[in-house]
Amino acid sequence: MKELEFECETGNYHTFCPISCVSWLYQKIENSFFLVIGTKTCGYFLQNALGVMIFAEPRYAMAELEEGDISAQLNGYDELKKLCLEIKKDRNPSVMVWIGTCTTEIIKMDLEGMAPRLEAEINIPIVVARANGLDYAFTQGEDTVLAAMVQRCPSTSISSSNSSSNCISNDLVLFGSVPGPVATQLDLELKKQGISVKGWLPSQSYSELPDLGEGVYVCGVNPFLSRTAATLMRKRKCELINAPFPIGPDGTRAWIECICSALGIEAKGLKEREEKFWNNIEDYCKLIRGKSIFFMGDNLLEVSLARFLIACGMIVYEIGIPYLDRRFQFSELKLLEETCNKKGVPIPRIVEKPDNYNQIQRIRELQPDLTITGMAHANPLEARGMNTKWSVEFTFAQIHGFLGARNILELVTRPQRRNASLASSGASSGSEDNLVLNL
Amino acid sequence: MKLAYWMYAGPAHIGTLRVASSFKNVHAIMHAPLGDDYFNVMRSMLERERDFTPVTASIVDRHVLGRGSEEKVVQNIICKDKQEAPNLILLTPTCTSSILQEDLQNFADQAAMKVNSEVLFADVNHYRMNELQAMDRTLEQIIRFSLEKAKKNGTLAVKKTEKPSVNILGMFTLGFHHQHDCRELKRMLTDLGIDVNLVIPQGGDILSLKDLPKAWCNIVLYREAGIMAAKYLQKDFDMPFVTTTPMGIQNTKIFLNELETALDLNTISFQEYINRQTRFISQAAWFARSIDCQNLTGKKAVVFGDATHAASMVRILACEMGIRVSCAGTYCKHDADWFREQVIDFCDEILITDDHTQVSNMITRIEPAAIFGTQMERHIGKRLDIPCGVISAPVHIQNFPLGFRPFLGYEGTNQIADLVYNTFTLGMEDHLLEIFGGHDTKDRNLDSSIENSNSMWSNAASTELTKIPGFVRGKVKRNTEKYAKVNNIQEITVEVMFAAKEDAEHV
Repeated sequence: MKELEFECETGNYHTFCPISCVSWLYQKIENSFFLVIGTKTCGYFLQNALGVMIFAEPRYAMAELEEGDISAQLNGYDELKKLCLEIKKDRNPSVMVWIGTCTTEIIKMDLEGMAPRLEAEINIPIVVARANGLDYAFTQGEDTVLAAMVQRCPSTSISSSNSSSNCISNDLVLFGSVPGPVATQLDLELKKQGISVKGWLPSQSYSELPDLGEGVYVCGVNPFLSRTAATLMRKRKCELINAPFPIGPDGTRAWIECICSALGIEAKGLKEREEKFWNNIEDYCKLIRGKSIFFMGDNLLEVSLARFLIACGMIVYEIGIPYLDRRFQFSELKLLEETCNKKGVPIPRIVEKPDNYNQIQRIRELQPDLTITGMAHANPLEARGMNTKWSVEFTFAQIHGFLGARNILELVTRPQRRNASLASSGASSGSEDNLVLNL
Repeated sequence: MKLAYWMYAGPAHIGTLRVASSFKNVHAIMHAPLGDDYFNVMRSMLERERDFTPVTASIVDRHVLGRGSEEKVVQNIICKDKQEAPNLILLTPTCTSSILQEDLQNFADQAAMKVNSEVLFADVNHYRMNELQAMDRTLEQIIRFSLEKAKKNGTLAVKKTEKPSVNILGMFTLGFHHQHDCRELKRMLTDLGIDVNLVIPQGGDILSLKDLPKAWCNIVLYREAGIMAAKYLQKDFDMPFVTTTPMGIQNTKIFLNELETALDLNTISFQEYINRQTRFISQAAWFARSIDCQNLTGKKAVVFGDATHAASMVRILACEMGIRVSCAGTYCKHDADWFREQVIDFCDEILITDDHTQVSNMITRIEPAAIFGTQMERHIGKRLDIPCGVISAPVHIQNFPLGFRPFLGYEGTNQIADLVYNTFTLGMEDHLLEIFGGHDTKDRNLDSSIENSNSMWSNAASTELTKIPGFVRGKVKRNTEKYAKVNNIQEITVEVMFAAKEDAEHV
């Protein structure tokens, strides 16, 4: 049996700033307002990265710090109060989320201290999350917001009623922001096993946050939620179900099985269900079987996606990942190992905090059939004859559950399908020499 | 602190990075936290760039905060020098480094002693400059640095070229149609027998900067960036420069006249060239006289953008097409005085702001027939159902067309004429719409009601109705019926139709 090995590089890699989480969280949590307290740099990123959405009167804005704020000539509390009152007047949200940034960290603006005072004054709950680029990458932004929300969930009064086997299933809370239809799908999947989900974090609205407390089981749906998991365990005494993530038919099945076993339920009919969905995606699997793939790493979904694609028959050369919490991803890593051994493929190298420059050297050497990468590298790699898929699409597509598998493969096979249609036009990507000469 | 949803000009480091990545073989190292290298995405996506953007970050993280960045920055510079052997490494500060107040200049100096490439610290303060100002400054800094070095080494080219030649300053990556403008300008210069000595910085080489003084004069195409460098070259090397932007027929003429003076030529006559180009190459002058353009006379327009494009556009609309510019505005607050002076005689009012809600309010109030602005104004226009032609950054991928679309020079005037004409509703169509009282919009299905309500219509009126072009017929019919209903008229006659039309006109 081969085992996983981990490497760590320089951390010079490209990813989105974690404040980008506001773009999906404000849509997920109805009537919330996200205030990013930062500089023009943050604002420029948000408006460009999330370009189109900016025009639909988004429920997020920048509190742009000016020189006076930095040099503490202006009082942070008064300034924030002014802006929050303005937001209250215009939008009247049911919750305000302050996103702390690198700047508020460096000037040590005490957002956590100010929020409760201001909350009492203006009578709107204020949640503070430090989603900054000093500490976190991209999707980890959601992790910081959810971890902060954990503290706001109401407490359950623990009763002894849970001892009867019928009710135990009612104490399951799932965490991770997924689109409404995906949440419904996962709820239904668990219902088939006789488990009814008590609530989701985040909920559709702030007022519906689930009850938490001792005896409540929690399970994550995304691999980047390790802080949230830790907070749930430590601060709210919840029981964490460590499971692979419901990505791909294999992951979804394993996820359900882990939940069932934690709740003392015998899972039923999952083998057939998994098989059914493998059949369902066989047309796509045929295209990629035996093909190689390289994850440069920028959104922390990499291990789960790699595991699923190996199960599909692909060979993964490298799993780059910004940060790997080996405890939170324990079950996922185990499933990865098992999948590799079962498929008889080498175990990919897992590179934490990768160095993009080195990775590009490796990509040139290995010539993978597909590279999953950010947009900064996609066009240059394509110009050098490499197929790429833009990694951020995996964060926004509906990839969870049995039904999500097809969406993942739709993305993964797209470059190949595109190439097939371009092949005859002579516009297919040539060798590196070719294109460089043409430049 | 201020509440902001959107901004016209980016932060300072974007400007610096645009300068660095415009040059060949210059690598920028940003002193920034993870995620601040979004510039690479923009360049790769908007420009569809085939090469890796030569920008990396020396990441500021928790450890760096504790220890200071010195070791890491120096190490990153040495590493990049080995990996890519650039001619120049530009250490770029961000908002984060502005607060940390570490001595980045010192780090750059230290690293410079250990590497083959030149190392320069871009001297821009995040809180005092925007993208455009930083671009202007960084370009000047690099040029000054290179020339002073060349002077010291005795490699400076001091002799002027034999044939008249110019430097083109201020072509940048991610610039609004810069590539096309540059090609058009080169074509014009070739026609006039003038050589292009250097184009800086786009595609330029740091090592060739020592040849800048060989040119007879400098051309700065856009006010936003390049003037500082031109002024430096004038002061230290006695090089004249031209700053009129050759956008529109008149401005192109002024530009060429200034260029003729600056070059001090006796041999070639620019006047003949201007004359020929204006009359035969550019269609814009003829277009302005053509009968179609008459329909644009006195139409209201609003112009907003960077100082260069907005000011030039105001002149084109007002003086070359007879359009009434109700409001002219720019977000280049730092250049407000120049802008005011340029447009004051050609528009009703002037708006200097970088707050897009103010622009939106102004457009709502004025209700122009067309807007010429940035992508933001295009969206405002969409919301208000007013057409918009995009004439200035900020831009998105649509503004990086694959085809040849200059805004400058004589071909530029053609492109602009097309843009203006297509933005306004087409003349004849507009005319018909006016006659028959409005646009036949969305609710096409209502047209079927024409048959149903025919009982109200007299035969003559029905016949009259069929004479109206199909695309406005439904609208006219509905307006007339509405009028009849309001005025309690049982039968619609031809007279009623016209009364309805008259009524509509008085509203």
